[in-house]
Amino acid sequence: MFLTYLRRELFGRRKQTAIIAAGMALAIGLVIIVNAFSQGVQSAQSRVLESVYGVGTDMTVTLTPVAPSAASGPQSFGFDRNSGTSASGTQKVSQSRLTGGMGGGQFMPSSDLTTVEKATGVKGAAGTLALQNITFSGQIPQAFQVPLPGTGTGGAGSGPFGQVPQPGTKLNRGGTNGNGGSSFNVDRFSVLGVDLAKTAVGPLSAITVSNGVGLTSADTGTYKAVLDSNYATSAKLSTGGSINIGGQDFSIVGLVTPSTSDSSSASDAYISLDVAQKLSGNTDKLSTVYVQANSNKDIANVKASLATVLTADTVKTQSDLASTVSGSLASASSLVSGLGYWLSIAVLIAAFLIAILFTISGVSRRTREFGTLKAIGWKNRRITAQVLGESFVQSMLGGLIGIGIGLVGIFAINRDNLTLQGSASAGSLFGGFGRRAAAGGANANGFPPVGDPANLPQGAFGGGGRRPVATVQTITMHLPVALNVILFAVVLSIVGGLLAGAFGGWRASRLSPAAALRSVN
Amino acid sequence: MYELSNVSKTYKQRNKLVNALQNVDLQIADGQMVAIQGPTGGGKSTLLQLLGALDRPSSGTITMGDVDISSLPDSKLVEIRSHKIGFVFQTFNLIPTLNALENVEIALQGEKISSSERIERAEAALASVGLSDRTRHLPGELSGGQQQRVAIARALVKNPEILLADEPTGNLDEQTRDDIMDLLEGLWREKGLTLVVVTHDSAIAKRAQRRLVIKAGKIKEAS
Repeated sequence: MFLTYLRRELFGRRKQTAIIAAGMALAIGLVIIVNAFSQGVQSAQSRVLESVYGVGTDMTVTLTPVAPSAASGPQSFGFDRNSGTSASGTQKVSQSRLTGGMGGGQFMPSSDLTTVEKATGVKGAAGTLALQNITFSGQIPQAFQVPLPGTGTGGAGSGPFGQVPQPGTKLNRGGTNGNGGSSFNVDRFSVLGVDLAKTAVGPLSAITVSNGVGLTSADTGTYKAVLDSNYATSAKLSTGGSINIGGQDFSIVGLVTPSTSDSSSASDAYISLDVAQKLSGNTDKLSTVYVQANSNKDIANVKASLATVLTADTVKTQSDLASTVSGSLASASSLVSGLGYWLSIAVLIAAFLIAILFTISGVSRRTREFGTLKAIGWKNRRITAQVLGESFVQSMLGGLIGIGIGLVGIFAINRDNLTLQGSASAGSLFGGFGRRAAAGGANANGFPPVGDPANLPQGAFGGGGRRPVATVQTITMHLPVALNVILFAVVLSIVGGLLAGAFGGWRASRLSPAAALRSVN
Repeated sequence: MYELSNVSKTYKQRNKLVNALQNVDLQIADGQMVAIQGPTGGGKSTLLQLLGALDRPSSGTITMGDVDISSLPDSKLVEIRSHKIGFVFQTFNLIPTLNALENVEIALQGEKISSSERIERAEAALASVGLSDRTRHLPGELSGGQQQRVAIARALVKNPEILLADEPTGNLDEQTRDDIMDLLEGLWREKGLTLVVVTHDSAIAKRAQRRLVIKAGKIKEAS
């Protein structure tokens, strides 16, 4: 009888049922789409991050940046009168330096990697050393020494001596007698020292060999390098050739590309970690440790335990890294977390209110009916159950329609192959993880801060100011259909129905039978 | 039997106190058919609601048998309404979305009986009011007289001791009125009910064993 009455009431009051169900359907549909969109954006962010940090990297450990001390001040190229060769009043010089970044770089000891590997919940870890190779070459007036930066003694040059010339540009500086003007190039590119025995986590997991061969553990300690294919093209380098890194010639054994499309790999050149440490004078030093946890559940605990033991370092998880993603992907993310989230809440509240108001209004219209039921012996709880049941079914009906709307919405978005662009700033996270300056370069103090500005120490020339990596990717959004979201929608429907039914039932149960009958008689 | 002692009922209506009943003393014996007459607003329906355990008096006592129903909690009043009292209303008060059979069944909702027994009893009640062939009709598909018959069947399906009818023929034509009153009177005689009929129709009141008149909240025997 309960079900018969319920069914007849819902069918008999189709308009009210339709309005409550429609409101609930709209809210549930929106919640499902926003949730799916949020998960899609998160997935896209992960893909952007993986292209930079490597597949499977759950967190990174870097040295917490500190202000450079006076002793570690800007490095400089030093030439004396015996450097290079001289002719016609000018002195030809060339010097290459593998440096860590500002002030020579701030690195963590290799022992931190050991600490990470021993931590509970860590599946694997790999250390890297991110460096800049800077080559200063050209000609300067004889007897003209160039301590850069510093107070030039070479006379009335036109250029500011303490500033870094843009790579690829030639600066002409007049000599004291007007002869032998200076002219030089500054070229730089990023070099990443990687542990060749660990390819499952870290930057090596984010690149694929496109030409030649990759570096293997057998290449540890050798002067072999693989180059980013984009860099190789721009620098006119190829497999089988050689490249000078830190004054040492490396044979180029292969070219690599990012494993995801439209992305740049994390460095221009990859060499063995121990060689990078030796050439840069950073023996037993690392710039970043990439960590893979046993499972997602372990990430928070691993982060907490690492932060406890590695007090000088900064531990960042994927969710921390997600904040570094920029572009339309970031806009979508903020749209979802901002507008989408609050819109869902607002529509949900509105749907709940509509359900409650219509249920109460329905109870008011049925005053005579409930008064009669009380007169013939219905108990309050039976009347409340009736109202609750009707409201519950209306909301569930709305919920089911809402799930349908949500699924159709997800299908429509997926079918349209919505694309978003995103970039992640590796340089903002990893000390010394600079990239080769783009054509035309920029002075060391003038690099635009991409990513987290707080993590972007400004370099001086000698220190090889680093440019953060902006890895731009076009991501095709795929909104997942998650069972937990569907279940969440069902729960919301139940909550909405129970809430509206509870209000309506409470109202009905409070009706005095005499007053209810008096109002109609 | 009913016994009302010094019963008064006051309630607020649009911020005004209305003395619906004033110091009413009344006894109604079991199996009696009583007609209560009076002008509109005289307190007829209020008295019926007090007799039907739908409301409590503002003062005084009402006993039904040996139970003082004026001081019982709501849960006990519901029990009394559920088992001992049947109501018939002027406007029938059928649930429009339920058919005739279901409208009768709904009165047995609180009974611990099987679904088949419930249907059986509802069909029997409808048969007793001459509506065997209208069990699946919605109220909107029935005439006023038929609807009132359904309402009477709903009131009687519980086999109550008391039947309270508030203007049961107020919305019916003369012929149907007589048919309904014939039905009620026949059931009263057949089942030995205590029947209290509120009416302002003297023709109906004359059919009762006893006639009472309420005017301005005060009750007296009709001459």
